[in-house]
Order: sequence, then structure tokens, then C-alpha cells
Amino acid sequence: MSPAVDAAEVRRRTRELLAAHPPATTDRTDFLRARFDAGLAWVHYPAGLGGLDAPRSLQQAVDAELAAADAPDNDPRRIGIGLGMAAPTILGFGTDEQKRRFLRPLWVGEEVWCQLFSEPGAGSDLAALATRAVQDGAGDWTVDGQKVWTSSAHLARWAILIARTDPDLPKHRGISYFICDMTDPGVEVRPLRQITGEAEFNEVFLTGVRIPDSHRLGPVGEGWKVAQTTLMNERVSIGGSRIPREGGMIGPVARTWRERPELRTPDTHQRLLTLWVEAEVARLTGERLRQQLVAGQPGPEGSGMKLAFARLNQEISGLEVELLGDEGLLYGDWTMSRPEFVDFTGRDAGYRYLRSKGNSIEGGTSEVLLNIVAERVLGLPSEPRNDKDVAWKDLSR
Amino acid sequence: MTTPAQPPATPDLLYSRDEEDLRAAVRALLADRADAPKVIAATESDTPYDQRLWSSLATGIGAAGLLVPEKLGGQGASHREAAVVLEELGRAVAPAPYLTSSVVATETLLALGAEGGPAAALLGELASGARTAVLAVPFATSPAGADPALASLDGTVRGVADAAAADVLLVPTAEGLYAVEAAGPGVAVQPLVPLDLTRPLAAVTLTGAAGTLLANADASATAVRRGLLAGAGLLASEQLGLAEWCLTETVRYTRERHQFNRPVGSFQSLKHRMAQLWLEVVSARAAARNAADALASSSPDAPLAVAVAQAYCSGVAVHAAEECVQLHGGIGMTWEHPAHLYLKRAKADSIGYGTAGRHRQTVAELTLLPAP
Repeated sequence: MSPAVDAAEVRRRTRELLAAHPPATTDRTDFLRARFDAGLAWVHYPAGLGGLDAPRSLQQAVDAELAAADAPDNDPRRIGIGLGMAAPTILGFGTDEQKRRFLRPLWVGEEVWCQLFSEPGAGSDLAALATRAVQDGAGDWTVDGQKVWTSSAHLARWAILIARTDPDLPKHRGISYFICDMTDPGVEVRPLRQITGEAEFNEVFLTGVRIPDSHRLGPVGEGWKVAQTTLMNERVSIGGSRIPREGGMIGPVARTWRERPELRTPDTHQRLLTLWVEAEVARLTGERLRQQLVAGQPGPEGSGMKLAFARLNQEISGLEVELLGDEGLLYGDWTMSRPEFVDFTGRDAGYRYLRSKGNSIEGGTSEVLLNIVAERVLGLPSEPRNDKDVAWKDLSR
Repeated sequence: MTTPAQPPATPDLLYSRDEEDLRAAVRALLADRADAPKVIAATESDTPYDQRLWSSLATGIGAAGLLVPEKLGGQGASHREAAVVLEELGRAVAPAPYLTSSVVATETLLALGAEGGPAAALLGELASGARTAVLAVPFATSPAGADPALASLDGTVRGVADAAAADVLLVPTAEGLYAVEAAGPGVAVQPLVPLDLTRPLAAVTLTGAAGTLLANADASATAVRRGLLAGAGLLASEQLGLAEWCLTETVRYTRERHQFNRPVGSFQSLKHRMAQLWLEVVSARAAARNAADALASSSPDAPLAVAVAQAYCSGVAVHAAEECVQLHGGIGMTWEHPAHLYLKRAKADSIGYGTAGRHRQTVAELTLLPAP
């Protein structure tokens, strides 16, 4: 049990780290490793695993000190899946050995992670997945199947994977959760070109992939429960930082409006103002959620924020293309490329318009999220289900 | 080209323990004195307000004097607390001259900064709930568009909210701001038939009436603007409370009501509408809290915070009330069910202290997003 850690203690440790490893003269990776070992990576994680068992809110003090000292950060965009999804799942369900092996290189960014969940036949109905994992006499597993919409698969060293281990059970109960080595010869990654012209996602084909039983997360058959932790962390990614006024997609449109009076029309003015107000209100709702988290009273608003931002991004970027008139008819670049991370507000208006169409699909469609709000927040009854007690192998597909 | 200023400080968007205690007291009182049958009965009577309810609210809880400093006889609290009272009044669509007297008239008088004198004396009376006052401007007046309707204490102002129950009229004229006794000579308060029966409207006609001059024309204009800004900002909290009631009741009803051998609340088409409404309500809460906090801290961001809250919350309240009527089916169209009270209040509130469109115009000015 570590002694009680407060803001002063966290600052003291941060200054010690900076003194021992001056950012100006220390290699980036070495600095990040030292930061992890000092417990300043994610202070709410356990001691020895990059944290100090401290309240999550103290991370802000660390980040502020390090930013002021111009210390390197761990580029959370490129390793967002590892940080946001793999790490909390490993922390929650991993063995001590798994935690020690995976968390440090994950946080430092030496090992990129991806998520092998969705399949061509199992998107919103994720538990319908068909990728099979079969156990041999020694207890190890052989995996066969196909995954899709996999961000970062072409960069990833490791994947979190869910696969069916018992087709005789109903669909939610026969699933297990694994850590998959993306360098295994049975793993084939193919770029999946999208609406924007670029291939930010991949298809992943798994053919006879061998996974040792020591790379299983949680008990056999309990994979759905483990996956809930991953998905919850995916959707509640809002928290830490404040968004400035005009910080999201409304920013570039507002700037265009101010700088280019010749584009203004009464109709676009009305729509811009309505969306400006909605964007400001969404910012305030996120800020209120952040304050609730800091006060230790998390509200259910997080479930709704993704819905709000998806709709706003789509409407704002749609207005932006129209506002640009002749220029809105053009598109920056259709060349196929494979970006390292998604930049929702980057590139031009046409890109933003097309890419934002994914905001209401990825990470849970808006329709699924509305169901979740209706059932878990409002307590409305679920729709009748006819697949709940039927063995997966007997479901019609 | 400049961009609009960032808010100067982080607003406190949560509720304090004291605010929650105040909410509980107001809610218990309203459950006792202003349940739906009582509110419906009151709208059909000659006395629009239940005097016992008002005196319990004003003196028992001390709500009337929240905005008034203690040295003037008030509670020395702030717009944050007053906003909580309005959330509960909105949730009950309770007929009470709280917004008009305890917020708008009170804030107008406070803006005069009078130490002693008639304004201070009147503030003390309003704070105790012994008397009520209203600002004699049309309810639809927005903070940004409040030119005095009268040249002097002569003429008619239409659509004044809560005037029929007020003891004192604060009348802005081209000469300045007057306090006029509602029962005095030369004053006629003619009730109108309002869309929202829970907030009565009247036409105020002055024929050579006598009044006490409280402020000259410039000070009057400033004070009226401040009174209306507080009114518009805290109206958002009333709209929030109203919308919350509509959502809660609709969820409760659709869970219980069976059709096609299922609770109607299990149909996805209805669930999605209620989930969407929930998202609007939690967003309205953030916007309304932000406005109340900005007013309470006299933030330079207050005019924008109020305009944003009004531009957003009006629509949420109307949407919630309209969904409430629709998802209650035939019952939602009846006089016995309170849904209509909420719809009428929500629609009237969407005009009160400026429409959403008028407030968006203010947003355009304050954010440097000018019209073509």
C-alpha cells in the first residue's frame, strides 16, 4: 500500500523526474519509460504499473508540469486504442504477468494496439461474431475468421480479440477474450479504402493463428463480460481536458464566415447561428460532465455526448461545404493513403463532411447508443428478443 | 479578424449541497400546495395565485429575497439559487409571480444601486414577499430590445405578465423609471385571455397616473436591461424544470401503457425519441446552469451565456411538451391530464423575454458572426 498521494506529492515527483531526466537532453523513449517507472504515466493506475494509486484528477497536475517543461508526450492519437481500450481491460482482467508485460510498452508507445472486434456479419450485433477459437490438448488456441473496420491494424504489434469458443451456447455466453500477436504468420491485414479515399481502416484475416492460453484475458466463455469493459471505455472517452469555445468543427466554419463576407447568405446565417449555439451547449455539457467526474459524481451524460457530437459534426461540416459554394464542389485529394491516426477536423471541408459520416457509425451506431440511453438511463423496456436463449450455432445467419 | 472571447473563468455547472436542500424544500412545498389538480383548478378561478402557496414560498422558504442583499432584507444568495427555485416552479408549472417579481422587478431595482430611498424600501417589501411588483413591459420583450413603450405615465402597455396580481408596477418611460401603485388612481389593469393560463397577462393603462420617479432615462434603460437579462437567463431554468417533468412523465407513462401486447415504451421508434429528448434535457441543464452562474458572478460573459441558454432551452421545453402530448396519445389531449399546462407554458415561455431567434441575433452580435 503506497502512502497517500496528494497534488503536492505528485508535483514533487514530477519535478524529480524532470531533474533526473532533463527533456532537452534525454531520448524521447527513455524519458517516457522513466515517467512510467516513476508512476506518472496514469497516476490512478497501481504503483508499479505506471501509476501511484492516486485519484485520477491528479493527472492534470502532472500533465501541466510536464507540458510547462516541454517534456515529450506519448502521442495518444497514434496509440489511442491501446490507451483507451486495451489498457483498462488488461488492468481489469489481466494476470499480473500480463499487466507487467503489456502496459509499459503500450503506454510508452513502443507497441501499438488494435482491436479485433467487428466482423462483416457482426457490427452492431457484435455478440453474433463467428470468428472461432479452438483449444488443443495443451490448452492453446487456434483462431480462424475475419475482422473488419480495424484501425491501426497495419501499425499494430498487438490486438485485443474476441472469438467464439463454444458455438453450442447462446451467443453472449460462448465468447472468450484474447491478446493476439499481429506478427503471427496467420494474420493478414488488408487496407479498406473508404468514402474519403483513404484507408484508415483495415480488414484482418485470421487463418490458423496460434494464441497461447497465457494470452487469454478473463475466464473461458466470459469474453462478453470482458468486452463490456472495453466498450464502456471506448464510449466514455470524454473526461480530462476542457474544450475551448469554438474548439470543435464549428471553429473553421466560424472563421470562414468572419473572413469571407462574400460567402454569407441569410439562410446560411440562420443555420450557422443555430449550430454555433448547439456546439456551445455541447461544449458546456461536456464541461459539466467533466466537473461531475472531478467531483466524484459521474453522470450518465457521457452516453449521450457521442450522439451529440456525431450529429453536430455532420450538420456543421455539411453547412461548411455549402457555404463554400464553388469551392465546396472541389475535393482536396483522392489519392489513396494510410494515415497513422484520424484527424476529424483536419484537411478540408469536403473531407470533414465525408469523414463525419462515420461519427454516427463507429464505436456504436447512434441507433444503438439511443437504445442504450433509453434502456440503461431512462429504464425503458427492451425490445422482445428471440436470440437470447438459442445456441449460437442454431441462429439463422 | 478577431474571434469571440473565451469565457473568462470556468463556470461552476454543478449544484451545491445548499442548492439541493433548497430544491428539496421547494419541491416538497409544491407537491403539497400545487399538484396538477390544484393548478388546473386555480387557472379556472378568479384568483390566479394561491396566496398561501406564495407566502410559504416567499416567507417560509425565503425564496422571494434570494437575490436581495441581507442589509436590504433579503437572503443575500444569488441567481444560482433562484434558478433552482425556478426549475422546481417549472416542473410544477406552478402559478406564482416568482420570475416577474422576485427576479425581473427585483433585479431592475437592484440595478439602481439605491442605498435607502424608495427603491430600497420596495426591495425590502419584495424580498419579504409582503408585496409583489412587475416590470410594466410586454412579456415578449428581449433584453436587447427594451425601449420604453411610454413617453410618460400615460398610455397602455399590453401583455404584461403577472400584472393583475401585482401591488406595484415599475414603469419605464422616456422620462425614467417610475414606481406606480397598481391600486392607485389613473391605473387600470385589464386581464387578457392568455395562451398560458398559469402565467396571467394584462394590459396596463395609465391615465395621468401618479408615480415615484426611481431613476432617470439612462439609468432606467440600464436597469431594465439588467432586469430582463436576469429574467431571460433564469427563464432557461424554468424551461429546464418543465422539460424534465415532461420527459419523466412520458417515460413513466410509456412504461406502463400497453398496446400490441407490449409496453409502448419498448418500441424502438418511441425509445429513440425519448432518448433524444433526454440528451436535449441534459444539454439544457448545462446551458441553464451556465447562464445562472454567469449572472451570479456578474461575469462579462453573462449576456452571451444568457442568449445561448435562451436560444437553446426554449426549443427543448417546447419539444419536450409536444412529445409529452403526442406520446400520451389521446390522454395527452384531455383537459384533465396536466400535459396541456406544460405545452401552454412552454410555448408561451418560448416567446417570453425574447424568442430563440431574437436571442440568436444577440449571439451573432456578441460572437462577431454578422448577418450578410
